[in-house]
Amino acid sequence: MSEVVKFHFLVDGEDFTSAGQASVQMKKSLRQLGISPEIIRKLSIAMYEGEINMVIHAGGGEADVLIYEDHIELNLVDRGPGIANIELAMQEGFSTAPDNIRSLGFGAGMGLPNMKRYSDSIQINSKVGEGTQILMTFHL
Amino acid sequence: MMTVREMAERLSMTPISVGDTDRTFDGVYIGDLLSWVMGRAQSGNIWITIMSNINIVAVATLTDVACIVLAEGVTLDENVRTTAEQKGVSIYTTEMTAYEIAAALATVEQ
Repeated sequence: MSEVVKFHFLVDGEDFTSAGQASVQMKKSLRQLGISPEIIRKLSIAMYEGEINMVIHAGGGEADVLIYEDHIELNLVDRGPGIANIELAMQEGFSTAPDNIRSLGFGAGMGLPNMKRYSDSIQINSKVGEGTQILMTFHL
Repeated sequence: MMTVREMAERLSMTPISVGDTDRTFDGVYIGDLLSWVMGRAQSGNIWITIMSNINIVAVATLTDVACIVLAEGVTLDENVRTTAEQKGVSIYTTEMTAYEIAAALATVEQ
């Protein structure tokens, strides 16, 4: 039986300019594993949005990617402030990002909607004051 | 299909970072909000923007656009340029506005 391939990344919450390192690295690894370009694109964009969110809101976090025979799981965990209203946060255009982040081209309120758009399923567990966990699944 | 290099030569664009310029492109996406670009730009597009911070390199890599075209004479800091070269992301600059670039591309693409 085939084994599960695992990747683990720490997302540095201090450095906004290095955000994306984990997802760019993941893209490279997925390509080496022979995953289809369309799946790679979806997963790496969703992961980048997660990284950016962790840097903007949570002071960093962790990302795990588990590759199974028929699907990939992307699990993002942070100990940030949590999401008060997940339904609102899922709406395109809703954002709590500060102005300095917006001037960089982020904070358009598309992060979570893009994660939903590009994954086949998404599950968000968040508790205010404790953190957020986002589990996304991608069918192979 | 036209390559990125042929397109840049036709429109007299200045190369800033040279990646795979033999790659052909298909369609154009214009936008400065990076998450919006990630949600809408298609693989193989030419991405026109005025954003010049380091994050455009990651966005171009992840969306798999054919190249970035910086409009209205926007240029890059040296560290952004070297990062783009390392990642193999082709970037050009031109004095044209986003509209003028898109209009010119519409004629050369046919």
